[in-house]
Amino acid sequence: MSTNAVPVATEQYNYGIVKKFAIMAMIWALLGMLAGVYIASELAWPFLNFNIAEITFGRLRPVHTTLVIFGFGGSALFATSYYIVQRTCQARLWGGKLLPELTFWGWQLAILSGVLFYMAGYTQGREYAEFIWPIDLLITVVWVAYFAIYAMTLVKRSQPHIYVANWFFMGYILAVALLHIFNNLAVPVAWNSLESYSLFSGVQDAMTQWWYGHNAVGFFLTVSFLGMMYYFVPKQAGRPIYSYRLSIVHFWALSFLYMWVGAHHLHWTALPDWVSTLAATFSILLLLPSWGGMINGIMTLSGAWEKLRTDPIILFLITALAFYGMSTFEGPMLSLKSVNALSHYTDWTVGHVHSGALGWVAMITIGSFYHMMPRLWGTTLYSTKLVFVHFWLATIGVVLYIVALWVAGIGQGLMLRAFDEYGNLAYTFIETVSFMHIPYIVRAIGGAFFLSGMLVMSYNMYKTISGARQPASTESRAAVAAAAR
Amino acid sequence: MKHESIEINSGLLIVLTLAVISIGGLVEIVPLFHIKDTVEDVGGVRPYTPLELRGRDIYVSEGCYACHSQMIRPFRDEMLRYGHYSLAAESQYDHPFQWGSKRTGPDLARVGGKYSNEWQTQHLADPQSLVPESIMPSYSWLLDTKLDYSQIEDRMVALKRTGVPYSQSQEEYDANVEKFGKAVADELHVSNAKQSLEAQAAAEDWDGKPDQITEMDALVAYLQMLGTMVDFSKYEDGHFNQFR
Repeated sequence: MSTNAVPVATEQYNYGIVKKFAIMAMIWALLGMLAGVYIASELAWPFLNFNIAEITFGRLRPVHTTLVIFGFGGSALFATSYYIVQRTCQARLWGGKLLPELTFWGWQLAILSGVLFYMAGYTQGREYAEFIWPIDLLITVVWVAYFAIYAMTLVKRSQPHIYVANWFFMGYILAVALLHIFNNLAVPVAWNSLESYSLFSGVQDAMTQWWYGHNAVGFFLTVSFLGMMYYFVPKQAGRPIYSYRLSIVHFWALSFLYMWVGAHHLHWTALPDWVSTLAATFSILLLLPSWGGMINGIMTLSGAWEKLRTDPIILFLITALAFYGMSTFEGPMLSLKSVNALSHYTDWTVGHVHSGALGWVAMITIGSFYHMMPRLWGTTLYSTKLVFVHFWLATIGVVLYIVALWVAGIGQGLMLRAFDEYGNLAYTFIETVSFMHIPYIVRAIGGAFFLSGMLVMSYNMYKTISGARQPASTESRAAVAAAAR
Repeated sequence: MKHESIEINSGLLIVLTLAVISIGGLVEIVPLFHIKDTVEDVGGVRPYTPLELRGRDIYVSEGCYACHSQMIRPFRDEMLRYGHYSLAAESQYDHPFQWGSKRTGPDLARVGGKYSNEWQTQHLADPQSLVPESIMPSYSWLLDTKLDYSQIEDRMVALKRTGVPYSQSQEEYDANVEKFGKAVADELHVSNAKQSLEAQAAAEDWDGKPDQITEMDALVAYLQMLGTMVDFSKYEDGHFNQFR
């Protein structure tokens, strides 16, 4: 590699693509969480379905999951991974102008068209893989381009070492490619039909889907966001990562173990016992590297604990790690067959997912964005106070949410297995539905808290960016003001 | 080998990561296609008739799986509430499987025959009219939407490509006659599809509107079949435990 001129900082890296993905992540977060609050409200007040096919719970639920996982989470990962790989490799993003743009427009098109099709009734009927087959093909193209860009940027790095955050991003890119391709194997009804039938059926299909489904959590929502964590926590804390050795163990153990655990979503089903026992075993093992990673992140702050009082960005990052620890403890516990017998099919699982998704994934992203966005636009954050406000709105929201669903889930599980003194079932199913009404209201309120925090963040970001865009006019306005005085 | 050699070589990092993430899936998924006992050998399970198939398509596209499971677990309370626990064989023609992961509403694996056609139609159109505390949305538009079955042959051929024994040739038809009996084999023959769908829709007044075939007809026909294929009275108690 040779460069003819010494580039100025803004041209050294491709920040344009990072900015685009970051802004779209914010937009999808607002829309996806709004959809989430709406469907949560539908469960509490079913009249909100309004007898309109497009907004019934069954069709809107994948809209919510797709927008938050792939829209918000995905765009945030593209943004931060492109940012991190350039900075840690000290190399401009590979692929010229065109290829990164292709990943941007392809990804946004997939998300937008995907959710519109769900509302129109087109879905593959597989959780977190509802995209119809033409969109699956588009995603495959985008992902191959993403892999090429990432791998080639690593190749042309000007640093001898590949920084640990990049291992995690690379692991996630490879795993998601593998999962996406095998889980979406399907035969279209016709070449000009949007519908298809999955290649596998019944028990094999279930296993493939949950191998995918759990690793959508494991790789798309965990390994990748750990890449974010390994860069932004040390950066914001201003200290090196606590233990390099621990991060090596963390990476390889997670990559190996996660792929085994999907079948814990199928305990006590028609899936053979040997698979679910294997999955439960590996789920327990997974606790160790997960907590190793959490400790590694939190201890990075060792010696600078006072930042928790003064720096709300650190507050977000460290709270995210605490939720990571909590949900990676709850996960193995739920994967025990005896616990799962109660929890499966109930809202306990939904609450667990959200303690990971809101507490860990969203909070680590929010913290990272508060660090990254001002740097992208070469400015400082509009308001630190609003970050504190956001932190408390988000934390109260998550706590309300998961406590409500513990009550709903454990309550329903216990009611469904209760017997009266004659050995008959003590409750009808509909009695458990009535019982869940209050928890469902609290859950919707919790979601609304979290969403309002995102609105505060959007306002803060908008002011930050628009402030950076008009430095000249701000100065001149200040000059005018001074002259007037 | 020192770990540092991976840290300075992106190709090696990629290859080793790929190897490490491939193992779990290989060990857990591939054997399921080869171990014979994974899907029990049980009589009665057949592919869906054209009308049931369209009903199933609607079940999938409305996202019913978001709130209803089709997988009864071997627990006392579930057996009392829903019936015999589900067998792998019962979903062997399900592309995709619809076991579900959440019961906001009850399990549907054996809902077939539990309620009348009239009840099912009324419940889908206005759930609260029958179960006031229900939080299920109304699906009244299914009654007004004519069923589109123009592509029914294409659908069956696509499923045949995945391994479902719909028949196109005489040999395939004969094999189905032997396996499922003539009446069923006729319904599984692709060139008969439209005729069979219309006949089944007319045979029972699924949605109370005999003059047209609606999406409600198809969905109710599908629901009324769920869980009814295996006659458990033919098997001794505990017979299926050997497959678990």
